[in-house]
Amino acid sequence: MTEALIRVENLSRYYQNHCAVKQLSFNLDAGEVLGFLGPNGAGKSTTMQVISGNLAPSEGEVSIAGHDIIEAPREAKRHLGYLPENPPLYRDASVDEYLGYCARLRRIPKPQVAAALRKVKAQCGLETSGARLIGNLSKGYQQRVGIAQAIIHDPPVVILDEPTVGLDPIQIREIRELIRSLGSERSVILSTHILSEVQATCDRVQIIRAGELIYNASTAALNQGHEVSYRVALRQPVRLEELSALAGVDHAEALDDGRFRLVFAIDATPDALVERAAKQQWGLRELVPEQQSLEELFIELTRHEEIEAS
Amino acid sequence: MIWIIGKREFAAMFTAPLAWVILAVVQVIIGYMFLANLDSFFLLQPQLQQLENTPGVTDIVVTPLMQVAAIIMLMVMPLLTMRSIAEEKRNRSLTLLISSPVSMTEIVLGKFLGLMLFVLVLVGMLMLMPLSLFLGTAPDAGKLLSIFLGMLLLLGAFSAIGLYLSSLTENQTIAAVGTFGVLLMLWIIDWLSGSVSQGESLLAYLSLLHHHQSMLEGVFNSSDIAYYLLLIVGFLGLTIRQLDRERLL
Repeated sequence: MTEALIRVENLSRYYQNHCAVKQLSFNLDAGEVLGFLGPNGAGKSTTMQVISGNLAPSEGEVSIAGHDIIEAPREAKRHLGYLPENPPLYRDASVDEYLGYCARLRRIPKPQVAAALRKVKAQCGLETSGARLIGNLSKGYQQRVGIAQAIIHDPPVVILDEPTVGLDPIQIREIRELIRSLGSERSVILSTHILSEVQATCDRVQIIRAGELIYNASTAALNQGHEVSYRVALRQPVRLEELSALAGVDHAEALDDGRFRLVFAIDATPDALVERAAKQQWGLRELVPEQQSLEELFIELTRHEEIEAS
Repeated sequence: MIWIIGKREFAAMFTAPLAWVILAVVQVIIGYMFLANLDSFFLLQPQLQQLENTPGVTDIVVTPLMQVAAIIMLMVMPLLTMRSIAEEKRNRSLTLLISSPVSMTEIVLGKFLGLMLFVLVLVGMLMLMPLSLFLGTAPDAGKLLSIFLGMLLLLGAFSAIGLYLSSLTENQTIAAVGTFGVLLMLWIIDWLSGSVSQGESLLAYLSLLHHHQSMLEGVFNSSDIAYYLLLIVGFLGLTIRQLDRERLL
């Protein structure tokens, strides 16, 4: 059995008396991209800082590629690339100088530095900015340098704290592709506020709120949903009861515009509806699946917690 | 790893104009004083020839020169050390070092090495003046070596203290003022030793000036060296501890 690349166990982190992260546990395997979601101040950044060794955990354990971040920090950090919220850049250095320094810090042997630099600049679209001063680059390009810094030593674990902030839509798409390509053989943790980004790039989603993990599922499962609802439009007037009585339908409701929403039980298909509609000439002209989007889930979960809290 | 960090620190100092300005200003002022000291030596020379056991050119020209240089460095070193950690804290770029596979000790030693490389350049340039005396006369080479090492140790201690103060704050100005205060205090701490009978030896021992003076006179005392090394190791240790502690807060 291969061990998970990132293992977080019962992680808690306090700032004085304020608890930022509470009893967080999760594992991440190679080739997985984990999306870390949560409202502001939920403890996303704190968790990432702890995993990257920038903050010490108050309780619990973190290990990266089998090395404990507290007991064997050097080995653990060798397997780690980290982009914090504020990219740690030296504004008065040029991109090449800076990335060369990062490469040496990450213990890339001197003869291989030039090759690593070329590769990472190609990955992050920095080919033409090598000689420019980082301070003079636009926010988006600085962000790219930050990402380049995190992956220059080819780490098996990459942690990116809001990597697409300040990028334009085209750059965002490029960075997403980059993250996806990283995720094919590595573990990537990605925190973001942009929900569609998680759906587009991540294999798994975790939502945390007030330091606690409140949701953890694969995005594939999320896209399938627990129950599927369909929006249905019929040419002929049909009574609501008839629809609710159909096989597989959990319940039905009438919508304002004369359409209906049919909520099917888990794993049910709208076969019965279509069959019946065709036989009785209801004039079915619209059958649109309504997937529960991540955004709805996010709002539902976080709001639910708020009500509970108050 | 320490060497890589040190080299980068050293190079970074020269990307900002501050290092160049400091080198230039110090060189001009000390150069002027060197000239003045040399001038007074020529005035004194006839009288000196009649004395027995005469002080040499090193004692009359170089020792007072380096005394002044030490006091100037007392004011200059805080400006050099203030940015080393405080600036990285403010820019949040310390994360780069911390999330790299290097230990806190290596980071602090690397920063210290960077400062020492600069000190080496600075003292090396200052030493060119006394060395130029070899063109016309024969200064005491042993004494010059003692002075050189004394300056290195003194500025090493300044750097370590400055590094620690820089690790305490995000604000460079506070780091500089704090360092200046601590250095000045350590400099003048033996002023009281005359009036305090019991603590006399202790206060004198703590004084940076006291230990520096004997080295300038060519006395290479192991207790002086131990004092400087203890100071350096102590403050570097405190710096490492401070940075480690910040991860817990």
